[in-house]
Amino acid sequence: MEVILSLAIGILCGSGVWLLLRPRTYQVIVGLCLLSYAVNLFIFSMGRLSPGAAPIMPRDGMIDPAQYADPLPQALVLTAIVISFATTALFLVVLTAARGMSGTDHVDGEEPRE
Amino acid sequence: MIEQNLLLLLALLPFIGAVFAATLPGTARNAAALLSGLSLISALVVLWGLHRRVIDEGVVLSTLDWVPSIGLRLTYRIDGFALFFSALILILGLLIVLYARFYMAKSDPMPRFYAFLMLFTGAMTGIVISGNILMLVVYWELTSIMSFLLIGFWHDRPQAREGARTALIVTAGGGLCLLVAILLLGAMVDSYSLDVVLQSGDLIRAHQLYPVMLSLFLLGAFTKSAQLPFHFWLQGAMVAPTPVSAYLHSATMVKAGVFILIRFSPALGGTELWFHTVTGVGMATCLLGAIVALFRHDMKGYLAYSTISHLGLITALAGMGGPLAIFAAIFHIANHATFKAAMFMTAGIIDHETGTRDMRRLGGLYRAMPITSALAVLATAAMAGVPFFNGFLSKEMFLAESLQPFDGSLLATLLPWGAGLAAFFSVAYSTRFLKAVIFGAPATDLPRPPHEPAHGLRLPVELLVAVCLIVGIAPAVTLGPILNLAATSVLGPGFVAPHLYIWHGLTPALQISLAALGLGGIAGLLLSGYIARGPEGPPLVHRFQIARLYEWALLTFSWKLPRVVERLIGSEKLQPQLRLLIVLVIGFTVAALWRGLKIYDNPVQNAPSVGFALMWLVGAACALGAAWQAKYHRLAALVMLGGAGVITCLTFAWFSAPDLAVTQLLVEIVTTVLLLLGLRWLPKRDEEIAADKRPVAHLRRGRDFIIALIAGSGLAMIAYVMMTRPLTPSIGDWFLENAYHEGGGTNVVNVILVDFRAFDTFGEITVLVVVALTVYALLRRFRPSAESAPAPVQQRNTGPNALRDYLHIPSVIMSWMFPVLIVISAYLFFRGHDLPGGGFSAGVTLAIGFLLQYIASNVRWIESRLTVLPIRWMGIGLLIAGLVGLGALLFGAPFLTMHAQYIDVPLIGRVPAATALIFDLGVYAAVVGATVLMLIAIAHQTLRAARVRDIEEAAAAQAAEQAEQPPTGARAPAAEPTGAA
Repeated sequence: MEVILSLAIGILCGSGVWLLLRPRTYQVIVGLCLLSYAVNLFIFSMGRLSPGAAPIMPRDGMIDPAQYADPLPQALVLTAIVISFATTALFLVVLTAARGMSGTDHVDGEEPRE
Repeated sequence: MIEQNLLLLLALLPFIGAVFAATLPGTARNAAALLSGLSLISALVVLWGLHRRVIDEGVVLSTLDWVPSIGLRLTYRIDGFALFFSALILILGLLIVLYARFYMAKSDPMPRFYAFLMLFTGAMTGIVISGNILMLVVYWELTSIMSFLLIGFWHDRPQAREGARTALIVTAGGGLCLLVAILLLGAMVDSYSLDVVLQSGDLIRAHQLYPVMLSLFLLGAFTKSAQLPFHFWLQGAMVAPTPVSAYLHSATMVKAGVFILIRFSPALGGTELWFHTVTGVGMATCLLGAIVALFRHDMKGYLAYSTISHLGLITALAGMGGPLAIFAAIFHIANHATFKAAMFMTAGIIDHETGTRDMRRLGGLYRAMPITSALAVLATAAMAGVPFFNGFLSKEMFLAESLQPFDGSLLATLLPWGAGLAAFFSVAYSTRFLKAVIFGAPATDLPRPPHEPAHGLRLPVELLVAVCLIVGIAPAVTLGPILNLAATSVLGPGFVAPHLYIWHGLTPALQISLAALGLGGIAGLLLSGYIARGPEGPPLVHRFQIARLYEWALLTFSWKLPRVVERLIGSEKLQPQLRLLIVLVIGFTVAALWRGLKIYDNPVQNAPSVGFALMWLVGAACALGAAWQAKYHRLAALVMLGGAGVITCLTFAWFSAPDLAVTQLLVEIVTTVLLLLGLRWLPKRDEEIAADKRPVAHLRRGRDFIIALIAGSGLAMIAYVMMTRPLTPSIGDWFLENAYHEGGGTNVVNVILVDFRAFDTFGEITVLVVVALTVYALLRRFRPSAESAPAPVQQRNTGPNALRDYLHIPSVIMSWMFPVLIVISAYLFFRGHDLPGGGFSAGVTLAIGFLLQYIASNVRWIESRLTVLPIRWMGIGLLIAGLVGLGALLFGAPFLTMHAQYIDVPLIGRVPAATALIFDLGVYAAVVGATVLMLIAIAHQTLRAARVRDIEEAAAAQAAEQAEQPPTGARAPAAEPTGAA
C-alpha cells in the first residue's frame, strides 16, 4: 500500500512540476491542480495509512486513539482542498482575462522572441 | 503637579494648533494664521508659568504612562537650557507666523502651510523637552519630515521636490545614525532617561564602543546642522518659501544638531576625539562657509552659506567644551537666530517687492525702500559682528576661546587663525551684500519697481533688529539671566557666569576682531565688482561640489546599480522564476534531509491490495496524460485531470477519511465545471507551434523533465520513508480524546474545523469570499480574446429554435434534481458534527444544485425564475460566523469559543446542539455564496459577450448604412444568445 501511494504521489508531483514549468497558462493551471493533489495526499499520508480504521467516534467519547484514523492531517487537508479550489478559480479568471488582453496564452503575456 | 501638566500641555499645544489649522478650508489664511499664533502664544504663556519652577528647582519632569505593561512611558523634562531653546522656538515661530501671513500669496494653500509649520514647531519643541532619548530621536526625525514637506511646499516646482528630497535623505539618514547611537548609548548606561545618560559621562567615555557611538552621534548632529561635508542640503533647501528658510533653515531646525552637541557635551565630550572631530569640523565649516558665502550671487544662497558658517562656529565652540565656550555657544545660538532670521526676512521682502534675489541685478535699494534698507544694514552689522550689536559679543567670546592653548595640537594652534579668517570673510561678505544690494547705483531692470512692503511684513524684522541692538548694548540685563540659567543647567551648579561687558579692554580677541572688521570691509568693497563678474561660488573651487558627489551616489546606488543587479540576476519571465523556485526547494530539501532519509528498521507495511494498485494505475495514467496533453488538447487534459481527482478522492475514502472524500468529490465537480466555463474563453490552440520543433525547445523540455523527475521521485521517497515509520503520539490524539467532551461531536475532523480550530476556518472562508469577490470584479471588465468573441461554432448558422430542445431529457432530470440536492445539502449540514459532512460540503452541494439549473436551462430562463443573491449569502455567512465568535466574548470566553451540548428532539432523538453548528451555518452560507458567485460570474460572460456582439454589429451596420454602401452579401445572422454552457 505504502509503495503504491508513494509512487502515486511522486507521479502526481512530477507531472504537476513539469506542467508548472511549461509556457502556456492552461498547462500551468492543470499543473497546479495536479500538484495540489500530490501535496494533499502527502499531507494526508503523514497520519499514516489506516485502511478500515474508524473515522467516527462512539457517543461516549472514551476511546483509544490508536484505533482511529489521525484526524489532524485530515483537517489540514480539508482546508487545503478549499483553498486550492479558490486559487484555481482566481487563476482561471486571471488566465482568461490575460488571454483577452494580451492576445496570447503564454505565461509572460507575449510570445517569446526567438 | 500643575507644572507637570503644564509641561505636557507645552508639548501638545503646537500639535493642537496644527490639527485645527489643517481642518480649515483652503482659503482661510487669516483664520489659520490666527489659530497658529494663538497656539504659540498659549505655549509661551505655559512656558512663562513653568519658568519660576525651573529657576527654583533646576529641572521639571513630567511622566505619562504610555504602555505600562512594557515599561514604555513618555517623559518630558524641562531645564534652563530647554526653557531657553523652547522660548527661542516659540517666539521666532510667532514672528514667522505673522511674516508668512503677509509673505505668502493668496493662492497658496495657507492652512496646510500653517499646519506644517505648527507640526514642525511641536516636533522641535519635542526635541528640546524630551526626557527620554528615544523620544528625542522620534521628534528629531519628525522635524526632518516636516522640513521635507515645507521645502517641497510648492511641490509643482521640480527644484522644490529635488531640494526637499535631498534634505530628507541627508537629515533623515543622519537621524538613523543618531538612532543607532542612542540605542548604543541606552545599552551602555542601561537606561534611556536623559538624566541618567547625562550623569554617566565617565561610564560612557570609558566604554569600548564609545568611538563607534560617538561617530554615529556626530553624523546625526552634523547632517542636521549642515556641517561639512553634509552642508549641501541646506543650499538646496533654499527653494523653500522664505518664512520656512528663516525659521527652519537658519533659526531652529538646523540648530537641533548643535543643541544635542551642547546638551550631551557633559556626557560625551571632553575627550580628544570629541575635541578634534567637533571643533575641527566646526572650524572648517565656519571658514569654508564664510568663503563660499562671499562669492554667492543669490541672496538666499549667500545667507545659506553664512548660516552654515555660523553653525560651524557654534559647533566649534561646542567642541571646545569649556564653560565659557558652552556659554558662548548658547549665546550665539540666540544671537544668530535673531539676526539671521531678520536677514532672511529682509531678503524675502526684497525678493517679494522687486521680483529677484540676484545680487548682480539689485542695487541702490536705499532710495526706494529706505526703512527696509535701514533694517538690512542693522541686521547685517549684527551678522558681521560690529560693536554694539549682539553678534559682536558672542563672536568676541568665540575669538577669545579659540586663543586658548587646549592640548597644544596642530588644530589648537590653527584655531585662532581659522577664527580670524572666518571673521574676516564674514565682514567681507556682509560688506559686499550691502554694497551690491542696498547701496550703489539703483538698478534699472528689476522685474517689479521696488517699494516699501506692507507693514505686517516688516514688523517682525523691526522687532528682531531691535532685539539685536538692545542685547548688543545691554547684554547683562536682557539675555544675561536666561543665558546663565541655560548654561548652568548644561554645565552643572558649579558654573560661574561670566560678566557680559561690551568693553573688555584691548584684548587679543578685540584686536583680531577690529582687524577683521577693517580688512574685511575693505576687501568686500574692493572685491564686489570682481565677484559680480565671476561664477556662482569661489573661483576654481566652485567646480568641485559635494552636491555633485551626492547626486552621483544617489543615481548610482538607487538607480544604476539596482538595474545592473536586476539585469544580471533578475528575470521578468515567469518560467525561469518558477524554475529557480523549484530548484531552490529541491536544493533546500536535499540539504535538510542529507543522510537523514533512512528507511525505518522495521517498516510499517499494510498489505498491498490489487484493487488499489489498479486504481492508481488509472490515476497515474490520467496524471501523465494530463501533463502530456495539456498544451494542445485541453479538453482531454481536463477530463484526465478529473480522473486523477476522482482517484484521489477514492484514496481518501479507502484510508478512512470520508470527510475528505466527500469534499474532494464535490470540489472536483465544481472545479471541472469552472474550468469548462473558462475553456469557452480560451481559444483553441494552434495545432502546431513552429518553435516547439526546434532543438532548443527539446533541450528545454528535457531539462524540465529532469527537474520534474527529481521532484517527483524525491517526494515519493520522502512520503514512503515517512509512511513506513510508526506514528508517534501527536496532537491528533488530544483532539480524538477531547472532541466529544469538549466539542460535542463524534466527527473529529468536523469538530476540529468548527470548534478547536474555528479561527482557521474563519480565515479560510474569508479567503474564499475575497477570492470570489476578486473573480467577480475581474470579470466585470472582462474582454474576451478576439478569437473567442464571436459565438462558438456550435451556435453559428443555426436557426433561432435549434437550441430549444437541446439536452432536453437531461435538463428535465436536472430540474427535478434541484429539491433533492437541497435535501442532501441540508442532510450533510445537519449531520456534519457527528458524521461525515459539514458546512463546507453542504454548501458546495447546494452550489452544485444551483449550477445544475444553470446548465439545464439557459441563463435568462433560469434567472427569471430563481433569484440567487450570492453576495448576500457571503455577507450573511461571514456575519454569522463573526457574530458567533463575538458572542463568546459576551460570556467572557475568547473569540470563537464554542459551547456544545446534546438536546433531545421528539421523534428525531438526540441531536448535537453546539454553537459550533451556528458557526457552521455561517461557513455554509459563505461557501454557497462564494461558489455560486464565481460560477455565475463566468457563466454570465456568455450573455455579456453576446450583448457586446449585438451592439458592435448594430454599430457596424449603422456605419455601413451611413457610408451609403450597398449591402454586399448578408452578414451571418447574430446568434441567439443562450446561457447553455
